[in-house]
Amino acid sequence: MSFINYSSREISCKIVYYGPGLCGKTTNLQYIYAKTNPEAKGKMISLATETDRTLFFDFLPLSLAEIRGFKTRFHLYTVPGQVFYDASRKLILKGVDGVVFVADSQIERMEANLESFDNLRTNLAEQGYDLAKVPFVVQYNKRDLPNVVPVDELRRALNIQGVPEYQAVAPTGVGVFDTLKAVAKLVLTELRKTG
Amino acid sequence: MNAQMVMYEDEFNQITQVCERLTREASAKVVFLVDKNGQLIASCGQTENLDTTSLASLTAGNIAATGGLAKLIGEKEFSILFHEGERDNLHITIVGGRVILVVIFDSRSSLGLVRLRVKKAGEELGRIFDGLLKKVEAPGAGSPFAEITDEDIDNLFSE
Ligand SMILES: Nc1nc2c(ncn2[C@@H]2O[C@H](COP(=O)(O)OP(=O)(O)OP(=O)(O)O)[C@@H](O)[C@H]2O)c(=O)[nH]1
Ligand SMILES: [Mg+2]
Repeated sequence: MSFINYSSREISCKIVYYGPGLCGKTTNLQYIYAKTNPEAKGKMISLATETDRTLFFDFLPLSLAEIRGFKTRFHLYTVPGQVFYDASRKLILKGVDGVVFVADSQIERMEANLESFDNLRTNLAEQGYDLAKVPFVVQYNKRDLPNVVPVDELRRALNIQGVPEYQAVAPTGVGVFDTLKAVAKLVLTELRKTG
Repeated sequence: MNAQMVMYEDEFNQITQVCERLTREASAKVVFLVDKNGQLIASCGQTENLDTTSLASLTAGNIAATGGLAKLIGEKEFSILFHEGERDNLHITIVGGRVILVVIFDSRSSLGLVRLRVKKAGEELGRIFDGLLKKVEAPGAGSPFAEITDEDIDNLFSE
């Protein structure tokens, strides 16, 4: 849930990157971190295993320009994608304002995508959120690999809602900022509605 | 979705006063307040070389993880956490069920003193946050974002 601070004239929103293990969530944040001006970003925190798998979360604070005299901040989080970290994923989703689902486009990861997508819906519902009402964007990542599922097939499986969707190659940044901008825009638009 | 978290000038000043007094009376190095989602609300004391944004996010993660542990063993939550370091110690409490009060202190203070002062400050903070919640829920407390335009949003990203 966003936090409007009239005293410091700031608004902060929480965006969570969700998706199966190794789909590229952490890589999205690393690219954003690498390409953002020092004055617009804080430290990136990664609570990871020794093999660089996310253990609890990654955290990246961004601060964008002002809207109506309020500094806008986005706190980006990733969840750990590995199936057995479900308890941690539920904690990270608390108070979320917007969700990015990062899909792994490789044929052999299709089942993992579907499982993670169901898991997202279930975990959101447990907190009283309806995925259809949460600002939500889908990213089809790893489009550079040879064995990928065609986009329209991914869409039929993961985006029947017709939310904004982007093809991406996270390590080189293809689609990374488009995805972030789209979700940020939805979050701010939602704020206008509830305001 | 959940109620919006909002902070106003008046309440912010009251909260800062309580935190400043707590810093003094508990001989603490730093006192800060974080909401359960990891957003920093206020901080005082020796914060110059401290990454308070990271601290806020990790504190909330810590509280969330121990809260999860508590539920697993049939507790509601652990309302006090204490981490002892070689030089500095961290004392973490949940205030009013919603915000997290963190005190960093060294050997110039003691756990007993911190506990005592935190208890009193926690009660005061709880009252301030109760009032704040009522104010936010009151009708007519419109958001400044009700009027933002698509252009405002697009401009954010025009690097
Ligand atoms: N070829 C290719 N590799 C990618 C792409 N995106 C990520 N990777 C690689 O996939 C591996 C896993 O990426 P991470 O970002 O750590 O994956 P994650 O989703 O954070 O995984 P968990 O933390 O386990 O949930 C890394 O070696 C990345 O370099 C992509 O678009 N193309
Ligand atoms: Mg990761």
